[in-house]
Amino acid sequence: MTILKNRLFWPAAILLVLLVVNVFASNQFITIQDGHLFGTLPDILRGSAPLILVALGMTLVIATGGIDLSVGSVMAISGAVACLLIKDLSDQNAVGAVLLIVAIAIAVSAVLGAWNGSLVALVGIQPIIATLILMVAGRGLAQLVTDGQIINVQSSPYATIATGFFLTLPVAFLIAMAAVALTGLLTRRTALGLLLESVGGSPAASRLAGIRARRITIMVYVVSGAFAGLAGLIYSANIKSADSIYAGNLIELDAILAVVIGGTALIGGRFSIIGSVLGAILIQTLTVTVVNVGVPSKATLLFKAVVVVALCLSQSLEFRQKVFGRFKRPAARVEVPA
Amino acid sequence: MGAQSPVLEMTGIRKVFPGVVALDGVDFRLFPGEVHALMGENGAGKSTLIKVLTGVYDIDGGDIRLGGETVRIGGPLQAQQAGISTVYQEVNLCTNLTVAENIFIGREPRTFGKIRWGVMRKRAAELLAGLDLDLDVSAPLNTYSLAIQQMVAIARAIDISARVLILDEPTSSLDASEVEQLFTVMRRLKEDGVAILFVSHFLDQIYEISDRLTVLRNGQLIGEFETEELPQVRLVEKMIGKDLETLEGLEDKAQRSRARTAEAKPILEAKGVGRTGAIAPFDLTIHAGEVVGLAGLLGSGRTELARLLFGADKADTGEMAVDGKQVNLRDPQIAMKKGIAFSSENRRTEGIIGDLSVRENIILALQASRGWTRPIPRRKQDEIVDKYIKALQIRPADPERPVRNLSGGNQQKVLLARWLITEPRLLIIDEPTRGIDVGAKAEIQKLVAELSDGGMAVLFVSAELEEVLRLSHKIAVLRDRRLVEELENTADVDADRIMQTIASGASS
Amino acid sequence: MTAVDMTPVTNKNVNPRRRVYRPNTKYIPILATLALLIIMYCSAVSNYDGFSQPRVVVNLFRDNAVLLVVAVGMTFVIITGGIDLSVGAVISLTTTLTATLLQGGWPPLVVLPLVLLLGALLGAGMGAVIHFFKVEPFIATLAGLFLARGLALFINQNSIPIRDGLWTTLSEWHLVLGPRVYTTMTALTAVTVVLIAAAVLAWTRFGRNVYAIGGSADSALLMGLPVGRTRILVYTLSGFCAALGGVLFSINSTSGWALQGNGLELDAIAACVIGGVLLTGGSGYVFGALLGVLVTGLIQTIITFQGDLNAAWTRIIIGVLLFGFIVMQRLVTRRAK
Repeated sequence: MTILKNRLFWPAAILLVLLVVNVFASNQFITIQDGHLFGTLPDILRGSAPLILVALGMTLVIATGGIDLSVGSVMAISGAVACLLIKDLSDQNAVGAVLLIVAIAIAVSAVLGAWNGSLVALVGIQPIIATLILMVAGRGLAQLVTDGQIINVQSSPYATIATGFFLTLPVAFLIAMAAVALTGLLTRRTALGLLLESVGGSPAASRLAGIRARRITIMVYVVSGAFAGLAGLIYSANIKSADSIYAGNLIELDAILAVVIGGTALIGGRFSIIGSVLGAILIQTLTVTVVNVGVPSKATLLFKAVVVVALCLSQSLEFRQKVFGRFKRPAARVEVPA
Repeated sequence: MGAQSPVLEMTGIRKVFPGVVALDGVDFRLFPGEVHALMGENGAGKSTLIKVLTGVYDIDGGDIRLGGETVRIGGPLQAQQAGISTVYQEVNLCTNLTVAENIFIGREPRTFGKIRWGVMRKRAAELLAGLDLDLDVSAPLNTYSLAIQQMVAIARAIDISARVLILDEPTSSLDASEVEQLFTVMRRLKEDGVAILFVSHFLDQIYEISDRLTVLRNGQLIGEFETEELPQVRLVEKMIGKDLETLEGLEDKAQRSRARTAEAKPILEAKGVGRTGAIAPFDLTIHAGEVVGLAGLLGSGRTELARLLFGADKADTGEMAVDGKQVNLRDPQIAMKKGIAFSSENRRTEGIIGDLSVRENIILALQASRGWTRPIPRRKQDEIVDKYIKALQIRPADPERPVRNLSGGNQQKVLLARWLITEPRLLIIDEPTRGIDVGAKAEIQKLVAELSDGGMAVLFVSAELEEVLRLSHKIAVLRDRRLVEELENTADVDADRIMQTIASGASS
Repeated sequence: MTAVDMTPVTNKNVNPRRRVYRPNTKYIPILATLALLIIMYCSAVSNYDGFSQPRVVVNLFRDNAVLLVVAVGMTFVIITGGIDLSVGAVISLTTTLTATLLQGGWPPLVVLPLVLLLGALLGAGMGAVIHFFKVEPFIATLAGLFLARGLALFINQNSIPIRDGLWTTLSEWHLVLGPRVYTTMTALTAVTVVLIAAAVLAWTRFGRNVYAIGGSADSALLMGLPVGRTRILVYTLSGFCAALGGVLFSINSTSGWALQGNGLELDAIAACVIGGVLLTGGSGYVFGALLGVLVTGLIQTIITFQGDLNAAWTRIIIGVLLFGFIVMQRLVTRRAK
């Protein structure tokens, strides 16, 4: 009963079922080929990397009671900046130069995050509106960077970010896991997690407890921007070009969904990093499974939609009470009358 | 009046919450054309009774008769249809709509579905004129003061032909002239035969306006009285009951320890500190080991003063010095660095963080002052938290339980623990005993006395004069957002003396 | 106008200090948008040849008919304090379904009400989920977005031409307003929708309840207003408007395609914000949304006239405008507090 009550039980169970389905449905679930893992599972892990990254940043933002709609645009800008700079390199395969460019692209993304954070924390605009600005304008900026063209690059170090393998594992997934570990350390080994949850739980109380909410708020948007930038690099490295129209298109919705599936409430407060990672992998697995099961590709989104609707409803307390709680008396609200 | 039959009669009302019997066999009668005050301390069951009447709570036992017929009130809408309308302290209107709309929304005059704005405005103006109000009914409600908003709420309530009008603490945020205006309206309604249930914390107002009163204590009915026949002192006795005696041990505290604090060094000195619209410039000095009580009615500027000293709000004028050194307390972090702690009166919105555990709530302020890069090691956290759970007798003694699930008194103790572990030199506590049970109240009062014995300075804000008198060495009296007098709490200072100051302003 | 007839409060008991005069606060955003629109138009007229022709203005309505209809539905939703992300997807579902059914030989007079009903039902479903299950509008309509677009892709992933007689007739029909100035069916429909919606919002109980809920849903409930019904109806209306937008889309392009309307929800929200509809709810006008749509449309027209400007500038300028208006809204509401 207690394990059933865990918020992550159902997402984890669904993920497990989907994976089992894949074991039977895909020709190769997991094997070793050319010295690295190969098959459906590694594909899922590799493919989920951008979403994991974006969902990570989104988790922190949502924990403070905010939301970041601009992640898709930031992905597009980051990819555009990187490809533009790499294209102009005399030697596109120079590792040092590519690394520097990657760092620049992430720095640009972090600055964009800081813009969002400042609007929210300093100007006091609602997060959904503040980030809407960059969401709308960002793609325009990306198009401006690429001058409306698709920039192709031929850089093997850059491609490695998305398609390479290290220690038999996909590099993209390793990057995502490194980000997860970093975020975990950053929030749970320091007091940042507590302060985030506190600011998200009650901004007024947090201020009176002496928490510098503004700084923290700006910081989470910076982190969200930087991670989105990294995700944009993986996306663009995968297709070896900058695509300012489709890079990260609608990813903000997937990321928010991953966070919600992971048990973090949109109103802020308690957050779960593992939950969001689980949510992101679940979404990616779902996409892969639909193809593997042989559901025609045109039904992919529909299938996903059905699962999403089911998940959203299952997380609504009222829904569970109204549908499943008919036979039980609803638990009395613990309330002490004033 | 005796010949009349009551419009509302409640008998044997019982309401149980998990672990608490909120109402235990309470009777209540309301006659047409009377103002009936419902009296009781916080936690007496007033709010619960009103929520039963308005259909927010279902009753677990008893009988409600309206106009002689037994009714079951299923919700606010049903209550309204049955003729029971409520106006709350926080006005429940839509302030983005116009005055006229707020009165008529849901009942707009229409032809073929089209709202007749002209007719609506005219009727609204007439209705308000009947209450001696002349407002621009097409202006949005949020352009008017809270007092006016309340009158609009009343106008709406009586226009839905209310037989019973419940006014739940309507005067808390009103100034004297506004209260007088409200009373004028109430008297007029009384003449029209409306039965008014009135809740207020201000005794003077009760005696000015009410015909009869019903006193509740700890969910039980103490009695129904004619207001004129019950002297104020007796009323207070009935409301507070024997609680006074349980606190006897603290009685002589103030005078006893006074000698020592007289020589202590001042911790905080405020000169001409003020904030426009909140509190007029004041001088106040707080010494180590001293309890300074702030007395005054709600809205007299007590809370506003306390907030300035912590930097929760920024002062516009004046100078503050801590340990003789001038500081600009422009935000809470600066005050905390100087060893000042502040616990807000709004426990739920500005105090606890409901989602977080007791442990996390307790260490929050200490952690905030260390910054996020220097976390308190978990072992140390557990140590501190265990110590304070024991010392303050926080129940249940489970550090990992979400603080939301604790009772008000225990939440208050969690907040005190939060500040005590920062080892402040000046503790500012605003209404720490409001809305909590008597036992917890006594414990908190005892704690304050002990802290001051230990050398901590305490600024104690409370609506209850008795409490302020019992604990304070020095009492600052506020009235109309002005600090009017500072008194040493000597033997000859009593509640009457302070009431006089509050009523008449400075005596000097 | 409120400023003029606001007579001083005569009652002596009322403390005049407490009465705060803030005339026209609620009109500031919409007036600012109007001013911006006029300035933009005038400067465009003086800079570009041919901009002064009435055709340019009339065509604004033609080119933005779909967005206009969708923005009207969105206005209702936003005034209640909600948001509807599904509108773009409902458009693609409608166009795809319409084209498929017409291709399958269904009579157009059955298809038309059917797709409109479907849009309304989808909206009602989302509204019900939001109201009964307390799912946040953002999430519920996001699920609706996935569902509607999923259905559209499931029906057909490709662009389907419409050869139905009624559709082609409607597509070709136009009303001549003057020499070389004509307007289309879709533009007229959009303008009609704006007028009806404005009347509903201003003059019906339902319209006022929408504002009340946006002001304070708790108060509305305590005042006995049908909060649940109104809320569901608002999403139903938005779904209907989106479906109507889809129909207009299919008439304009005589085709249906599942990728049509992609991202239109953002344009609609942006138009509402620029038109002074407060995203926090409780304030805004249908005419504001109209002005917002016209502003974004005018930007596009100007960029077309300029010729050498990158199309990306449209989004950037809209972003900058959003920023300006949001900051202005912030200042206005801050002053109101």
